[in-house]
Parts: sequence; structure tokens; C-alpha cells
Amino acid sequence: MTDPVLRVQDLTLHYHSDGGNLWQRRKRVLRAVDGVSFDLAAGETLGIVGESGSGKSTLARAILGLAKPQRGRVLWMGEDLTRLGHEELRLKRKEIQIVFQDPVASLNPRMTAGAIIGEPLSTFYPHMEQLQIEERTRGMMKMVGLLPNQINRYPHEFSGGQCQRIGIARSLVLNPKLLICDEPVSALDVSIQAQIINLLRDLQKKLGLALIFIAHDLSVVKHISDRVMVMYMGRSMELGQKQALYSRPLHPYTSALMKSVPVPDPKLAHKLRQDLWLKGDMPSPFQPPKGCIFHTRCPFAVNRCQADVPAMRRLGQGDWVACHRAEELDLSIGLPAL
Amino acid sequence: MSVDPGNLLEVRGLKVSFDTPDGEVTAVNGVDFQVRAGETLAIVGESGSGKSQLVLAIMGLLAENGSASGSAKFQGQELMGMTQKELNQVRGKDLAMIFQDPMTSLNPFLTIERQMTEVAMHHRKMSRREARAHAVEMLRAVRIPDPEERIRQYPHEFSGGMRQRVMIAMGLLCEPDLLIADEPSTALDVTVQAQITRLLGELRQKSQMAIILITHDLAVVADVCDRIIVMYAGQVVECGTVDDIFYDPRHPYTRGLLASVPRLDRAGDGELHAIRGNPPNLQALPAGCAFRDRCDDAQAICTETPPLWRDAAGRCNRCIQGLPGGEIVDSTLHTRSVAAADALVGTGATDMETAP
Repeated sequence: MTDPVLRVQDLTLHYHSDGGNLWQRRKRVLRAVDGVSFDLAAGETLGIVGESGSGKSTLARAILGLAKPQRGRVLWMGEDLTRLGHEELRLKRKEIQIVFQDPVASLNPRMTAGAIIGEPLSTFYPHMEQLQIEERTRGMMKMVGLLPNQINRYPHEFSGGQCQRIGIARSLVLNPKLLICDEPVSALDVSIQAQIINLLRDLQKKLGLALIFIAHDLSVVKHISDRVMVMYMGRSMELGQKQALYSRPLHPYTSALMKSVPVPDPKLAHKLRQDLWLKGDMPSPFQPPKGCIFHTRCPFAVNRCQADVPAMRRLGQGDWVACHRAEELDLSIGLPAL
Repeated sequence: MSVDPGNLLEVRGLKVSFDTPDGEVTAVNGVDFQVRAGETLAIVGESGSGKSQLVLAIMGLLAENGSASGSAKFQGQELMGMTQKELNQVRGKDLAMIFQDPMTSLNPFLTIERQMTEVAMHHRKMSRREARAHAVEMLRAVRIPDPEERIRQYPHEFSGGMRQRVMIAMGLLCEPDLLIADEPSTALDVTVQAQITRLLGELRQKSQMAIILITHDLAVVADVCDRIIVMYAGQVVECGTVDDIFYDPRHPYTRGLLASVPRLDRAGDGELHAIRGNPPNLQALPAGCAFRDRCDDAQAICTETPPLWRDAAGRCNRCIQGLPGGEIVDSTLHTRSVAAADALVGTGATDMETAP
């Protein structure tokens, strides 16, 4: 692997809440991201998967400097972004950009598609000629599969999928090196999801982008990622090469996520549903379980899991997992190999 | 027209249109289907396919600028043209609906108890105490832990998945004969989605209740329904049993929908199959087949309006290229020969299958 462009080390971000109750003020701590580490090479795609509340979006915000972590480092080309001042960080955003989940809500309804896509150019290059901005905007529209003659249309004149294309064009107009996509397809129809995933794949190859693709569904990231990280309640549970992770998940939570994926095959879907043992909801993030954070929902939990927090460790030369029993469990779910 | 006694709901020639500043928009354009007692039917389609407006019209819940025509008979009783008062005798009691977003469908100011007992007290004339006991029982049926405790809580104290369970429990309160669920798991995490789907699957097996499930994702309904209707641009394009649709899809749109699902159970990680273009703009549909400009198999003949064909087994297909030879039985209405239908093709008779 080439040198990583992004290196996240022990990133920890806690939110403090006063409990909301006027009479019983006690500080409560929500561990949104808790000691997460990973590397990302140039041109590589990392998929980050987890349920709502797993901390995946907070992690994205922390990398972008939109939220301040309490501990840990975000090394971008060797430079720690968490130590940069506001203006220095702003300039780094030329290199690191984000695509948001809700394509319609994240676009200003009063701006034309062209103005939305070109805005980062006029912000970062105030002396750029209007003509040049427009030319580049049209180029971007073409690149993401929009018609350049739609440049003067407003967001409401586009469908959800087209709005997401506008969001992607805007995020790429500055030629970033890293693109973070935070659930870019979950608000879209299945038929359109595939278009957007394919588009991101193509752009990533063409532009040599490093990509972080966040989703709550393992099947969505499968088509785009080189490596996948699974998060649960702010922690990283498993991080591995795609091939290995999908054919033999090491963490029970990963295998539960795999069994939850809807499969368009009635017989197989029935079988997976029968085998799905994951029950209940995620525990309250204000009172996270002691020991392994997943032990309350894990059928494989033993005494040790209630007492000791499993460290993220590497199994042999392979993948990373935070489970005491990773060696002994066989969690493959019996799907055809990739 | 005779009513099949086994049919709980019979919908005929249903049309829904909206009066908009840009003119009239037809969201549902002549849809026929029936739901038999105890059966689970899935209605599948993209945004703009008309699937939600179809059931809202049946429930009498269209927006103010919407109007519906056609027929929807529930237990032999015509729902179209009923007054709100008459509808209220049926809705919530024999015919219940749960909506996509469980947060906005629950009143944030009232406890779950208040919201649940109201329905039972109104429709089943129960006392508050009886209604409460019944509500607790329903919450238990949808697997909410500590229902006695939790019924006293407000919606914000529940997680998304739990709220959707509450919605399902509310729908079940009066033991309806038909439950309509509009994208019940779309806003939820896959893990919770799997739990809700499993719950619906269990309800389907345990009770005599019929269910209509509406979704944009075919994969979600794979193991919980008996029959599937695929809609595109306000019309039915294919229908059949669950095995027909998943193992032998015939309409190119159905095949496209199936192929665009990202799959864990398939080798390869190459390009996903995507359906070209965007969900249909109902005001600018192409002439002939509405799916024509997104279809990989489109031919010159597709500029002619395709009829909906139904075979003896009840499968139907609206692809002009998929027209089988010989006599076609339109099982719900009448028998028609290919020749007769051929004469109709190209005359713009889009609703030929709904004509009595």
C-alpha cells in the first residue's frame, strides 16, 4: 500500500449534555466516536457502515473539522487537522469535500444549479472570471451526467437523483483529493441508487480520489469499497479488506448486519431472516454497556465480554477486529463467495 | 359485475389526478387489483409511480387538490364517494393504515396510551381500562419490551424502530381485515428494517389479516408477500406471484428494478445495473410505453400504447414485446382474443383493461 493520505488515530469525540432536566442537573456524556483509527491511501475507497447512532456521521464531521474531537489526531498528508485554526482549516477544504445524505435539503432552493456548483470556485478563487467559473461548472455538470443546458434551473426542477448529482458536482468542482460521502444514496429510490454508486465509482477512478463512503447497509458499500469498517456505538468493531470481510466476517455484529440486508430472492431471504439473531435496539448511548459494547445483543457473549473491553487487534496478517472470541467463532453466513 | 366473495378489496379503473399550477397531473391512471382475505400484496414502484396515491385514494386521504374516480369496493362496500363520516366507520376499524414516517404520524404531545386507547374506545366502544389492557396486549404482540411501562411514555422516548412497532400495534388495535403499510421500514436502519419485516411476516402467518405493503425496494418484500404488483407512471406494468416476479420477471422495468438491488449474495463487485434516466415526470411521459425512454430493450413498436395482458394464472404484463400468442384471458374481467386487442393497440386505449 502506498503512503496513506489520511491517517485517523484514536479519534474520540464526546458530546456533553446537561441531562435536560432542570431539577436533576447531572452531566451526561455521549461517546459519539470513541478511539477510532484507520488509514486511507490515495485513490482508495473505505466504506464505513453502522446503524444510526454508530457515530459514522460524527466521524465524518470530525475529519472535516466541523466538530472538535477531544482526543486523537486527523493527519492529512502528515498535517494534524485537529490543531489547525479556522482559516487554515477552511483552506484545507479545497482538498477535502463532502456529499450529504439528503440531496434536496442540502441544496439552497433559491440558487440555480449553476450557482450551487460554481459557488465554491468564487469562494476560494475570488478573482476568477465569471466566464471561467461558468465554463468549469458546465464541465462538472457534464462529468456527473447532468445536461449543461440545465445550468439555470432550480433544485426543485430536478429529481432526487439529479439533485445528488448536483451535490457531487459541487463537491468536486475544487478538485479535492478526498471525498467523504455521508449516506449519499439512502434517500434515493433503489433504481437511482445504483446510478449514483456507479457514478461515484467512475469519478473515483477517473480523478484518483480517496473516498470515504458512509452507509447503513453493507450491500451498498460492497460495490464501491476496497476496505470496509463496521462501527457500533462510536467504536470500530471490524476493519478489513472487502473480500475477506464479506466472505468471512470476524465480528458477530458484522455478520448480523450482513444477515439484515434485504435480498431479492424469496427463498434466500427467508433463510437469512430465520437465522437473524440480532434482537432489540442499540442500548442508550448515555449508558453504554460495560466491557464489550456489543455484548448485550451478542449471542456469543461470555463472561469475559461483560468485563473487558476488547481492543482492536489484527488477526495475523489480515484484518482488524475488536472481539475477544474472533479466532474461535465461524461467522460466515453461507453466501456464495465474492 | 359480480363480486368474488373471496375478495376483500376490489379496485377497478382507479384514477387519481391532481390540480396543480402546471395543469392537471394524473398520478394513477386506471389501476385494477384485488386483495383476497388473508393475502399479502406488495405494490412496488419508484417515486412518482403512483403507489402511495393509489392507497391514499382508497383510504379517502388524498390532498385537497386531488380527486379520484373509479371503484374501490371493500367487503362489497363502495369506498369511492363516501363521506368522511362514513369513511370513519371503516377506517381504523376494518381497514387500517400505517405510514412511512413513524415520528410524524404520532402526536408528540400525547402519550402512547392516549393515542392507542382513543382508537379502541371510539371503534370498539371499550372503556378506558379495557382499551388500555387491549393496547398493552397489542404492544406485546409487536414485541415491545415492558409494554405496561412503555405505554405511559411519549413518542420521543422511543427509537425509530420502536415507534414503527407502536404504529403497527395501533393499526392492529381493532383487528382490521386489511392493513395497508406504506413503506413501513424505509426510514429505518437495515437491522431494524429486518426486524419489522420479520414482524410483519409473523403477523401474516398468525392472523387472518390481509396486508398491502408498499415499497420502492423489491428486496424488502421478498419473503413476506404472496403477490406483487409493479407500478410505473401511474399504471400497473406487471403483476404475479412472488415467485413469478423474483424468479421470472417479464417486464423490462421489473427486471431493471431487480437488477439494481446491490447484492451480498452475488459474486463480483463490478458495475451495478442501473435503470437509466429518472423516475417518470408524469407531465412529460413519452407516447406509447411510458417506460420506453429508459428501457434497454425498446424497439420501434414501443411507441404504440401497450395493453395490459393477463394470463389464465393471473400474471399480467404491460410490455408490447412480451405479448404471448393465442388467446389471452383477462381473468378478472372477460376473455379477449389477441386479434381484438391488436385492433385496440395504437388507438390510444390506455385503459382497455379497465373497460367493463
